[in-house]
Formats: sequence, structure tokens, C-alpha cells
Amino acid sequence: MFRLEARTSTPAWFNLALPLVAIAVTLVLCSGLIAVAGAGVVEAYGVMLSASLGDSYAITETLVRAAPMIFTGLAVAIAFRAKFWNIGAEGQLLAGAVASCFVGTIPMPGYLAMLLMALVGAAAGALVALVPATLRVKFKVDDVVSSLLLNSVIYYALMALIEGPWKDTFSGYPISPPIEDSANLPVLIEGTRLHLGVVVALIAAPLCWFLIARTTLGFRIRVTGENPEAARYGGINVQRVLLSTALLSGALAGLAGVGEVGGVHFQVMSDISPGYGYSGIVVAMLARLNPLGVVPAAVFLAAVMTGAEAMSRATGVPAFLSDVIQGTALLAMLVALLFTAYRIRRVGAQT
Amino acid sequence: MSAVFEQIFQVGFLAAIIRIATPLAFATLGEMFSERAGVLNLGIEGIMLLSAMAGFTAASLSGSLWLGVLVAVLVGALMGALHALFTVALGLSQHVCGIGVTLFSSGLAYFLYRLIFGQQSVPPSIDGFKPAPIPLLADIPVLGPAVFNQFTLVYLAIIAVPLAAFVLYRTPWGLSVRMVGENPRAADSAGVSVIDTRFQAVILGGALMGLAGAFLTMAQFNAFTFGVVSGRGWVAIALVVFGRWDPWRSAGAALLFAFVDALQLRMQASGLGHIPYEAFLMLPFIFTIVAMAVMSRNAVAPSALLKPFRREER
Repeated sequence: MFRLEARTSTPAWFNLALPLVAIAVTLVLCSGLIAVAGAGVVEAYGVMLSASLGDSYAITETLVRAAPMIFTGLAVAIAFRAKFWNIGAEGQLLAGAVASCFVGTIPMPGYLAMLLMALVGAAAGALVALVPATLRVKFKVDDVVSSLLLNSVIYYALMALIEGPWKDTFSGYPISPPIEDSANLPVLIEGTRLHLGVVVALIAAPLCWFLIARTTLGFRIRVTGENPEAARYGGINVQRVLLSTALLSGALAGLAGVGEVGGVHFQVMSDISPGYGYSGIVVAMLARLNPLGVVPAAVFLAAVMTGAEAMSRATGVPAFLSDVIQGTALLAMLVALLFTAYRIRRVGAQT
Repeated sequence: MSAVFEQIFQVGFLAAIIRIATPLAFATLGEMFSERAGVLNLGIEGIMLLSAMAGFTAASLSGSLWLGVLVAVLVGALMGALHALFTVALGLSQHVCGIGVTLFSSGLAYFLYRLIFGQQSVPPSIDGFKPAPIPLLADIPVLGPAVFNQFTLVYLAIIAVPLAAFVLYRTPWGLSVRMVGENPRAADSAGVSVIDTRFQAVILGGALMGLAGAFLTMAQFNAFTFGVVSGRGWVAIALVVFGRWDPWRSAGAALLFAFVDALQLRMQASGLGHIPYEAFLMLPFIFTIVAMAVMSRNAVAPSALLKPFRREER
């Protein structure tokens, strides 16, 4: 007989082992789909790996893809730490993209433009995230649903802009005007798309880790999430912590939008984010809400995405496999997390 | 302005409202059953998409539309069971699982569709359901052609609303659903199996979401496109809240949304009005968020929503 038993502590190696196990299980499960598509499993995964991480150009492409997910992953990780259930990173990203694009179209010196784009984009994301947090703090409105529904509101606002006042009068396409050339984030390696925003994302992760692990605000965020009663008893203003967390989380998601506008698309269109906000949830869960874990988790998802396109060209397996992998990885990770709360004990005849 | 009113009272306009409301009504009732039992199902968007794809594929390969509907319902129920497995049996966090189910199901829907139908410049279509006028009733002026000259699935939706209300409020099972959603501990003491009841409600909910998906690809659009659901699942989440977790009110909310949507489509087509159509599409979400702020004072949401139940934990 086996029995589930509550765990009191989790060994440290679990942090690394659980996501790896979840990813392994995911790849095994999804190999079924590759087989159904009539391709060799090893070959398909091999193409995916070499096309995403096989040479230096591929690595830069994967990093460019990872940058927005590092930001949204950090946004979700920090929010979830405080148990502020921010499902709205997608809308916050879009708000950041729109706001920074607006700034980017104004002629001004390049470095000033980039700085302002980042600030305004982050502020826009923060403002959007503030809505569900305020509603929860003031009116006890469930933040899961309100933050999710705001995604649709922001999406339609973006559509109204690019099909209305922003519409390209020349081509008639629903796209925003491009930002000024001088506002484009500089490319760091000639011949690649690796832009400054990627480095900012890579630096943001350890900064967020420091904030969560080593500062007073980080301590308050953790206590509020783990035990709001104790936090209140200890003199922490829980409501204020939730609002601060929302601002921080929204700003990070907004920066994801800034990077996409400033470094990749240089304008706003309806599909500027292929669900990076939702991918942020997958990234954050794989990272076990640890900001340092967000980077490898985001790189993994980005590698799957860039690799899937090459795999599709080479083997004919639809590139949508990457979407299935994302969903499966999230579910597998959730199940794996059970092992942090419980352990399987063998209940023998002698007991 | 009078031109707008003329548009509204056209038979075609009323018929359009009913047609737009039908998938929303199914999806909303499905989400409502799940949430009344205490399980938020954010998988709805993906479940609708996967069911829409599966139903379309079955209908297109077999030539039988009703077989397509059956497959869509079964796939919906199966995905409901998957969500229940994670959230009810394993007690994992409902919102994160829901997002996982949506990501997984939509990915699978796209993947399988591309695998089966390949990449075609014009998406393959099927000969979808035809309106089935009800004798006599269809001859009533205005109301007849608008309501009683519709697809069979529309009639099914119209019946589903009172049926859902009956099941929820007048049957022992409905009582169990409400109990496990309000106070699972008390339900458990009264001998109601919380786990079983929640499983059943989430599976029934998934089946209804499957019907919604079937309607989209087999009656409304007669084809599967990647944007076929385009946020209707999220609309249903909003409508359940807006309809205060009640079948009648939720269906009313679906009709209201359908009215706004149909109006928006008309205004876009006729070039009337200067308001961007997106403003109308935003409305249900904004209304719901405002409504949540107003309602939360008298707490109408099922008390145990989002809370997993573990018998041994007191």
C-alpha cells in the first residue's frame, strides 16, 4: 500500500529536479504527437534543439524570443509570491507596447526616447495591474477574473487604436505608425536581432531576485503571500503590499511590451504578442516563482518556439507542437509540485 | 438615430441576436455549473476551441453533422474531466490549471487541425446545419421567423436554460452541486460526496462548452479557423459573474451581450455611428468588472469557489 503524506519541508534539490522532471514528462508525452504526425521523434527533437540552441545565431534568436517571457515570467512570479493572482500580464504587456509606441513616434534624441519608452511603458503596465489590485483591496473583487477580463478590454482598446486613429493611411493595414529610427533599441551583435532589451531582461531577473530575497519589500511580499494573518499581526500593511506588488508586476509586464516595440517590431499590430502574457504563467510556475529560475524557464519555452518552426519545415510536424508543449509543461509542473507538499510513503504490513 | 431603430426591429436583426447568443448560452451554462460546484474553469476558451475543431473534423470526415456534435460534446466532457482531475482530485490551483488546460487544448486543436487538413489558402468548409422551422410557430409575425426558424441547436439552447434552472434548483443533484459549492464541509457531513459531485458538474460543464464549440463550426461559420472562438470563452466567464451564477440571469446576460454584438455588427456594416466597434466588444468585460465591484458587498459568488476540498484537512 502507498499513502500520501504531508511534507513539512522540501529538499533544496527539488527546485531543480521538479521542473526538469516536468519537462521530461512533457517531451515524452508530446513525442506521441510527433509519432502521430509520422516523423521520427529523435529527429524532430534534434532539429528543434539544433535550430534553437545549435549555433550562435540560433541562440540569439532564442534569446530575443525569451526576453518578453522573462519579463512576463518575472511579473507573474512576483505577483504570485504575494498571492496576487495576476492573470493579466497579457493586457499589461499590450498596454506597455501601445504606450511606448506612442512615445517612440515622437521625434527626440535616441537615448531619451528609449528611456522614456521604458518608463512610460512600465507605467502603463503598472496602471493596468493596479486595477484588479485596487478592486481586490477596496471591494474584495476576485483578482483572477478581473485581471483576466482586463486582457480583453486592453486588447480591444489596442484594436480600436490601430483600426482608428493609428491606422496606416497609406497601406490601409491596421498597424500603428513605426517608431522613430533613433528610438530603435540598439542591436548588440551585428547581423543578429539581439537588442538591448534582451540584456535588460537578463539583468532584471537577478534584480528581482535580490528584491524578493534580500529587501524589506521582498520580505513583506513573501510574508503577505505565505500568511497574510501573520503579516497583519506583524504590522505589515497587507493592502499596501498588494498594491506595490501589482505596480511592480504590471511594470515588468509592461516592459515586455516595450522590448517588443523597441527591439523587434518597431510598431504595434494586433498580434504583437502571441500570448507572451499567458506564457509568463508557464515560465513562473516552471521557475517555482523564483526570479532566477525565470531565465532558464523562459529560454526553454523560447527554444521550443523557435525550434518548432524549423522542425516543422524539416519534418512536416505542425509547429503548433510548441503550443501543446507549453500547455503540457504547465500541467506537468503543477502535478510535480504536489511532491513538494506530499510524499508517497510505503505503508507496509509491519505498520 | 431612427435609422438605428429601424435596424433593430428587423426580423433579421432579432434572428442574429438569437444566433449570436446560442453558443454563449451553452458556454455560460457550462461555466455556471462548474462554478456553482466550486470549480472555476478557465479552460473554457481552449475547451471550446478543441471541441469546435473535433466536431468539425468528425462532421467533415463522416458527413454526419450530429456525429460531429456528439464528438464535440464528448471532447468537451473529456477536457472537463481533465480539469476536474487536476483541480478536484489533486486539489491543484484552479486558475493556473485552467490556463494550462486552455493552452494545452488550443495548442492541440491547432496541431491536429493542421495535421489533418494541412495548410490551405481557403479553409475547408462543411455543409452546416440548416434552419429547421417549427411548424405553426414559425408563422407568428416577427417572432416566428426570428426565433422559430432557427437551427435545431438554437432550440436546444432555448430548452437548456429552463432545464439547467430545473436541474440546479429542483433536483437532488442540483442541491448537491450547490452544497459542495457553498459549504463542502457541510455537504460532506450530510453524506454528499464532494469529489464526485464536483467531478460531475465540471464534466457536465465541459460537455456544454463542447456544444458551444460545435455550434460555432457547424452552424455559425461552417468552418474551423484559428480565431473561431476568439475570446467567447472569456466572455462566458464574464457573463456567469454578470448573471450572478444563475441560469436565467446568465442566459439573459448572454442575450444582452448578443444584442450589443449584433448592433455593433450592423453599425459596422451600415457605416452608421462614429463609435469604434471595439468599444461595444469591450462593454461586457467592463460591465462585469464594475458589476463585481458592486456585487461583492452582498457576496453572491459560490463561497467555496477556487477552494480545493481535502477531506482530511480541517
